[in-house]
This record gives sequence, C-alpha cells and structure tokens, in this order.
Amino acid sequence: MLEKLQNNRNALGLLFMLPAAVLLLLFLTYPLGLGTWLGFTDAKVGRDGVWIGLENYAFLVGDNVTQLALFNTLFYTTVASVLKFVLGLWLALLLNKNIRFKTFFRAVILLPYIVPTALSAIAFWWIFDSQFSIISWVLVKLGFIDRYIDFLGDPWNARLSTIFANVWRGVPFVAITLLAGLQTISPSFYEASAIDGATPWQQFRHVTLPLLTPIIAVVMTFSVLFTFTDFQLIYVLTRGGPLNATHLMATLSFQRAISGGALGEGAAISIAMVPFLLSAILFSYFGLQRRAWQQGGSDK
Amino acid sequence: MSSEKDAGGMGFLETRKRRLVTVYVPLLIFLFVLLFPFYWMAITSVKPDNELLSRDGNPFWVIKPTLMHFHKLLFQTAYPEWLWNTVLVSVVSTVASLAASVMAAYAIERLRFSGSKQVGLSIFLAYLVPPSILFIPLAAIVFQFGLFDTRWALILTYPTFLIPFCTWLLMGYFRSIPFELEECALIDGATRWQILVKIVLPLAVPGLISAGIFAFTLSWNEFIYALTFISSSEMKTVPVGVVTELVEGDVYHWGPLMAGALLGSLPVAFVYSFFVEHYVSGLTGSVKE
Repeated sequence: MLEKLQNNRNALGLLFMLPAAVLLLLFLTYPLGLGTWLGFTDAKVGRDGVWIGLENYAFLVGDNVTQLALFNTLFYTTVASVLKFVLGLWLALLLNKNIRFKTFFRAVILLPYIVPTALSAIAFWWIFDSQFSIISWVLVKLGFIDRYIDFLGDPWNARLSTIFANVWRGVPFVAITLLAGLQTISPSFYEASAIDGATPWQQFRHVTLPLLTPIIAVVMTFSVLFTFTDFQLIYVLTRGGPLNATHLMATLSFQRAISGGALGEGAAISIAMVPFLLSAILFSYFGLQRRAWQQGGSDK
Repeated sequence: MSSEKDAGGMGFLETRKRRLVTVYVPLLIFLFVLLFPFYWMAITSVKPDNELLSRDGNPFWVIKPTLMHFHKLLFQTAYPEWLWNTVLVSVVSTVASLAASVMAAYAIERLRFSGSKQVGLSIFLAYLVPPSILFIPLAAIVFQFGLFDTRWALILTYPTFLIPFCTWLLMGYFRSIPFELEECALIDGATRWQILVKIVLPLAVPGLISAGIFAFTLSWNEFIYALTFISSSEMKTVPVGVVTELVEGDVYHWGPLMAGALLGSLPVAFVYSFFVEHYVSGLTGSVKE
C-alpha cells in the first residue's frame, strides 16, 4: 500500500501539496469567496447579514466619500507609479555603470524597502510635522518660505506628501529589479551600436528599453498592484484625512468595516477594487508583454 | 560641448568630470533622500525633549544625547512584548510556510502530477491577491475560528502571502537542478521523500535562504492583519504597537516614537545585512520567469 503510494505521482503529488493547499484554501480562497458574499449582505460586526443584493454597491456609487476615495486611489497610483518607474529606472541605470562600491550602494539603497513601512511612515510623519518639520526648517533658513508648510493638514499637500513617502519606499524595489534586468543585457549590443554611431539616447531608446520591456512589465505590474491596494502608509500618516482627501479604497474599507462595524459595506468596497486591479494587471502585463515576443523574445 | 557628442555610449570614453556630474552627483542625491529618514529617526531618538521642541540651534545634530526615550520605551510600555510577539510570529510563520512551500514546489515542479501546471499558475495568481482585499472576510473567519486576539491568528494568516511567494521562488530553483541526479537516486531505490531531503534540498540551499529571508522580512513588516486581528496591547506586533499605542492624545512623544521605529527596524535590517545577496536574488527572482 505504502509502496504503491510512493510510485503514484498523483497520490504523492496530492500528499505533498496538502499543507500548502489546506492553508491557502482556508485562508485565501475561502475569504475571497466570503468577501464577495459579504459585499451582497448587510453584515455588521457580531451579526450575520442577510442578502440585500446590490444595495451596498448602489449606495457606494452615490456616496461622495467613496467617489473621492476612488479618485484619490487612481491619482495616488498613477502619479506614484510613474514617479517610481522614472526614478527607479534612472537609479538602475546609474547603478549599472561601472561605479565604485557598487555592492555597498545596492545594499544600502534597498533599506527603505525592507524596513517596516509602518515604522518608516512614522519617521515621515515626524518629517512632515506641521510645527517641527525639518523640511520647513531648512526652507525657512534658506529664505524660500516664511511660514512652516502644513504638509498633512491641507488636502493637496497631504496627497503629495503621501505620494512622496510611497515613492520613497517603492523606488528601491523598482531600481534593484530593473538593475537585475539591465545586467542581463549583453555589452556587445552597446559596442555594436556605438560603432554604428548611436548616441547614448539612441542606445537607451533602441537597445536598453526594448530589451528591458519584459521585466519592466512585470515590475510595474507588481508596483501598481501594491500601490493601488496601499494601506499602512495612509493609515499611519493621515488616517484618510484631512477631509478624506487621502482616503484610499483600502483605508476607507477598513474605516467602514472595522472601525465602523459595517462589514458588508467594507467588503463591497474591497471587492470594488478587484476590477480595477485586474484591468491594471491585464493592461501592464499583456500590453507590454506582447511587445517582447513581437521583437523575437521568447514566447512564454 | 563638442566632446559630449563624440563620447558615444562607452563608459570608458567619458571624461572624469562629466562622469562625476552625470553619475556620482545624482547617485549621492538618491542616497541622501533614501537614507535621510533613517538618520532622522536615529538622531531624534537620542535627543532630549527640550532640544526636540526648540526651534533654535541646529536640528541636524544633538548636543546632549540621551537614552531616556529608549528607557521609557523598554520599561514603561509593552514594547518588549511586542518585540517578542513579532519575533515569534515571524519565525514560526516563515518556517511553516517554507516547509509547506518546499513540498508544494517539489510536487509541482518534479512530481508533475496531473494538473500541476494549473496548480502552479494558481499559486502565482494567489501571490497577486493583496491582503487589503482579504482582511475583512479574514477577520470574520478568524473570529469564527475563535482565533481573534491570539498569535495564532497571525501565524495562520501570514502564510497566505508567504506560501505563494516562496513556492513560486522555489519552483524556479528546483527547475535548475538536473533531472539526472534524481533519476540516479530513483534507480538506486531512493524514495521521493529521500530524494527531496537528501538531494534536492541540499542543492537548493541558496533558494531556501532567499525565500526564508524574504518571508521573514515580509512577516516582520506585516501591518494590516496584525492591526485588524489583534486588540489587546500585549499581543500586538511592533509596527502595530508603535502606531496604535505610543501615540497618546494630541501630544506626540516623538522621542519614544522614533526610538520604537528604530528598534523595530534594526532587527530586520540586521538580518538583511548578512544576506543581502540572497535577499536581492529573492527579490529579483520573484519578478522574473
């Protein structure tokens, strides 16, 4: 019996898959289904809900705060992702040159990414403090401004400040992964194009960028995904304020479901993020991926 | 200016001055911005209160450094307990996830049971499910299972993002191990379990370290589950404890806050510093393939 099991791929495969499968089915698949169900109910904390159809969604569509949160999330994701991409690519290109202490630079640059975001967000909270901000202090001393900037108290300042903190945390990830991509590009391409008289910009545009596209696609898919669903940075820095100006879908769902107790409504907000996420993934993954094999890259 | 045109793209043709301006200056600015918050954290955590709240003098430096904030943190708050909870939860969930992932990755990549391709794909899709759309239903489930406000709530839910990542990474490592080694062992009468433990695992040690380090930092940094599933102070993890318990009313105690942020960041930075290469290969491996 035991011997037979050991030679049967399917039985053995099932056995090996069991621990991972049980954990994932119980704590990932089941909650996904439950979340979808909760979105159609009026469940509150401590009370099972009853089916109310699309009522939650109908309410959310007309809800000013939800509309604002959706706008904020799209704005936050777009601006932060573009900045992370541009700065990350730039940093990767800098690190890819033959510089001294390259390993050291690479190790140190990743620090913002590995440190707990909630904790670095607290440092930013202090940096953005309305009375003791170090940025304001420097600007006042240099004579650029005469009053301390209210970084987190004004809607647009708060949006830009949170985006800054998010970019700060995300750039190392983009830079280091793109650097890994850059290192796989053979130097002979650059030598050949230089002999043909290509300028640095032409080399970047026609050698680096096309060869880097597949990895850019994957990195940016991840980056967009994590930015769109960001929670901790906003929760620590502003809790969605001032006047809900920085509420993202994730922080709003937390506020409604956990702080406010309206589980059904919160779940509906979470589920409403899924179509946006899927379209972002499809757009960045397939949109950019197609170009990879059009140019003769390997088909995946 | 004309030399700029002629320089081409070859690094060795660039002049030293130009290189300084186009490479080292931007790099140092990047470095400064990326590292400044840590310096600010550190300097604030050793500043006495009167220096913190005065606008005179140079805020970038400290005149009379003090350990008073650390003292307050360690002896007047539940910080040591948070630290212990974080270590316990991170280590246990990482080890459990690694064990489950090794078996799953081996099954998908090498046993090739029917449907293994689809399972591999769904593992990747599971990796893309963000915690912030799962935490509400998970809170209900955690409550239902009677795990609310226990460490088990975190130990059991962290694998939902650790297992997909580790499995995906390890699948890549196992793929690079030659089939022939396994075939030899099979002919010699080894069981699949023996092959996994005695042949595949020793060869996959770098991958195991990468996955382990990455998983450890992910669980150390986790915030939303710990915030939602834990309510009593002595069960909290460091990120949640610092954010929810050290902020009292409208008066912010910046010293202890920064000390708490620094102390909570150091262990993970310390572990990272020993395994930078493994961490980077885990990071880049996770987005490749």
